[in-house]
Amino acid sequence: MSFVNAPIRKKDAMSLVTGKPVYTGDLIPQNALVVKLLRSPHSNADIESINTAAALKVPGVCCILTWEDVPDARFTTAGQTYPEPSPYDRLILDRHLRCYGDPVAIVAAENEQAADKALRLIKVKYHVMEPLLDFTKAKDNTILVHPEDNFRALCPVGADNKRNLCSTERMDIGDVDEVLKTCDVVVERTFNTKANNQAMMETFRTFSYIDEYGRLTVVSSTQVPFHARRILSNALQIPKSRIRVVKPRIGGGFGAKQSVVSELFPAIVTLKTGRAASIIYSREESMTNGSPRHQMQMKVRVGASKDGVIRAIDLYALSNAGAYGDHGPTTIGLVGHKSLSLYGGLEAARFDNEVVYTNTMGGGAYRGYGATQGIFAVESAVSELAAKLGMDPCVLREKNMVAQGQMMPTYYNEPCNSCTLDKCMAKAKEMMDWDNKYPRRVLENGHIRSVGVAMAMQGSGISGVDIASVEIRLNDDGFYTLLLGCTDMGTGCDTILSQMAADCLDCDLDRIAVRGVDTDFSPYDTGSYASSTTYVTGMAVVKTCQVLREKILKTGAFMLNVPEETAEFDGKRVFVPGTEKQVTLEEIGYASYEGHNRCLSASESHSSLISPPPFMVGMAEIDLDPETGKVEVVDYVGAVDCGTVINTNLARVQTEGGIVQGIGMALYEDICYSASGKMENNSFLQYKIPSRLDVGKIHIEFESSYEPTGPFGAKSIGELVINTPAPAIMNALYNATGCFFDTLPVRSEDIFFAMEEKNK
Amino acid sequence: MLITVTINGKKYTDEIAPDMVLLDYLRQKGCYSVKRGCETSNCGLCTVHLDGKPILSCSYLAARADGHSVTTLEGLQEEAAEFGAFLADQGGEQCGFCSPGFIMNVLAMVRELKDPTEAEIQEYLSGNLCRCTGYQSQLRAVKNYLAHKQEVQS
Repeated sequence: MSFVNAPIRKKDAMSLVTGKPVYTGDLIPQNALVVKLLRSPHSNADIESINTAAALKVPGVCCILTWEDVPDARFTTAGQTYPEPSPYDRLILDRHLRCYGDPVAIVAAENEQAADKALRLIKVKYHVMEPLLDFTKAKDNTILVHPEDNFRALCPVGADNKRNLCSTERMDIGDVDEVLKTCDVVVERTFNTKANNQAMMETFRTFSYIDEYGRLTVVSSTQVPFHARRILSNALQIPKSRIRVVKPRIGGGFGAKQSVVSELFPAIVTLKTGRAASIIYSREESMTNGSPRHQMQMKVRVGASKDGVIRAIDLYALSNAGAYGDHGPTTIGLVGHKSLSLYGGLEAARFDNEVVYTNTMGGGAYRGYGATQGIFAVESAVSELAAKLGMDPCVLREKNMVAQGQMMPTYYNEPCNSCTLDKCMAKAKEMMDWDNKYPRRVLENGHIRSVGVAMAMQGSGISGVDIASVEIRLNDDGFYTLLLGCTDMGTGCDTILSQMAADCLDCDLDRIAVRGVDTDFSPYDTGSYASSTTYVTGMAVVKTCQVLREKILKTGAFMLNVPEETAEFDGKRVFVPGTEKQVTLEEIGYASYEGHNRCLSASESHSSLISPPPFMVGMAEIDLDPETGKVEVVDYVGAVDCGTVINTNLARVQTEGGIVQGIGMALYEDICYSASGKMENNSFLQYKIPSRLDVGKIHIEFESSYEPTGPFGAKSIGELVINTPAPAIMNALYNATGCFFDTLPVRSEDIFFAMEEKNK
Repeated sequence: MLITVTINGKKYTDEIAPDMVLLDYLRQKGCYSVKRGCETSNCGLCTVHLDGKPILSCSYLAARADGHSVTTLEGLQEEAAEFGAFLADQGGEQCGFCSPGFIMNVLAMVRELKDPTEAEIQEYLSGNLCRCTGYQSQLRAVKNYLAHKQEVQS
């Protein structure tokens, strides 16, 4: 039986659906101190003085830490491979507060009530300064977000803290200005996106304690346990050898937990007090001081011949890092590389970008990681181009889309080895009944039904950077232990990788015991981000299984006393074909535990020099009430090329979930700041993520290519799927109203007023 | 203040702070399936049954539960596993953090509504947010579960 490309139930599913205590918050030791943070009520202020005397007298308060109690060495909390491209711009507690909610003091108490009371009794004098809130005015502003002299960038990303620059980059292919001059049609538009919150159901949380060897153990809901170990070491200024990070089940991440957000606070309390300590972020804290998508402004110019050949795209992107540069210099790259590369025949392309510091909350990684913003802008511009050319937006894309076998100059010059974007388009049109529904029809009740389209791509891991290691052990009755360093955050990678191992080892899925991450015993893996797990860690599984099979065969042949070349291993036994000579895997397992030097295990690593893009076409059908501007997505179809689908259920759910997050970004999720920089949408009451009543039907089909460098031909899926809804819905809105929308989210009132304006 | 609450069939009498919410009380009693996803009664993660009816335990004072019977997923393990298997067979639990509250509400719906339409299902469960799945797999699971229940009954 093959487990790959099957709808396998997740190995941890039944413990999750029966509510077992498997998450960080369920595992906190009874005696752990409760850690809470006093947060800044200002967007830009210096702490003049802090008086903790009264707070320390509250019964049950164990310790209060301020900026004077933490190391003065800057670090980044971005979970990235060292040396991190994100600048070292943080302290655990800083005297200079750079955004609303920046931590001012850490309180640790025996219970929550005491901690809360102490928070109210800490007296702080602030020197309040004017905040820099408009990121379009940040560069070379007189207000400096990071005036400090010990700011440093480890990588040459173009950071300059004296100019509020987190990074700058430019890519030129051909002469864009010259080609655009000779284009028959040029579309130019500026697009705006907001700082969407991942809104994973489990907020940030961590607990820590000193173990029996005197080492700091940090149990955390993190996507990056190994990076977290290094970041803890950098921040606390203690050797990495003294730190162990453990990841239990995670209640969702979507990139939020690719930064160290809650880990440092209990860890420093444990170091200072020797006591176990825990922190659970409130939803408000997760909203105001998490690690959301970078707010961006993108200016696109796209030019084509009158018969619809797209000849050049010019893209300038400005990204708001906010107060801290986590993932700033890297998310911006994807804005261009993963949008321009959708188009195969460009004569010229330019991608110019700047990431700037402001006094809004710091950004981070969120599913799509810049590609989402870039694809929204470029795909919307391409749809506008189609309108200008009087062409069906699908036809324009069919003429210009990237194809298998091409090189992708705007995608780090990587080859397009596997791509069925053309088939995805054909499938999506069929599923949507596009030719009959395009562009719109008016229903009897006056509502307008219209359709819209967009394409998307992403990567599969970070080329030449991500590393995955896997260890598989044969145990005494012939079952295997699969040790992984990548982090299952609900996506099901523990199961998916077990499916691959079961197929590679010709065994039943139940014979694979899988174990997630503990930095003390898991093999190294960069972590679960950048859509790397299936593609990169999957190949490490395949390689490890190959080596282990060879070892099993060798041991079996030795036990049979036959030459290795004459024996075969079929997953259950080593045997000599045509004879009765055989030894079972169970016997080999027991034998490997007795009296010789052949305990059977294998561990291999994998890294890929390329990051094969998965592709997708998404189409939205919307229902618009022209009298109110109220819009509903009644139908959404997605046709996906993620290479071979490893788990058909989980790939489908990934796609459906990504699309709904994308719909939220397009229509609902609206981070706003007050004039002083306080976030106004700091709860689920004000920050509306889609409920099940806000999304219509979603239909998914897979049009699998075969990626020759991936495990079983697989590429990634996790991030790709969030990228089409915003531009597809914008296209549908144009087809309904004749208005172009370029600023997310598009609210009912925006639609209503745009239609009013147009009808004037 | 002193309260007496029946949790999953077992009677507890405890001295509690007047401002303690039921969610925290239940977790203190070891009912770790009860999760908190927000502070504004928006997410549905903390759904439990009070005398058989679904409530949000995050915004329900423990004191109000005095003299009442509370059921959490710990007390409905068999039903949780039965419906949960349908959810798992869609991959619809994903991270699983919203699953207990969602399943508590599904089980309440099954008791309350006879042959609910799709619109009724969606309406009943609309207070249970999920960020992973996009809800489609949850709907498939609920429909399959209802069909299975009908099959078993007929």
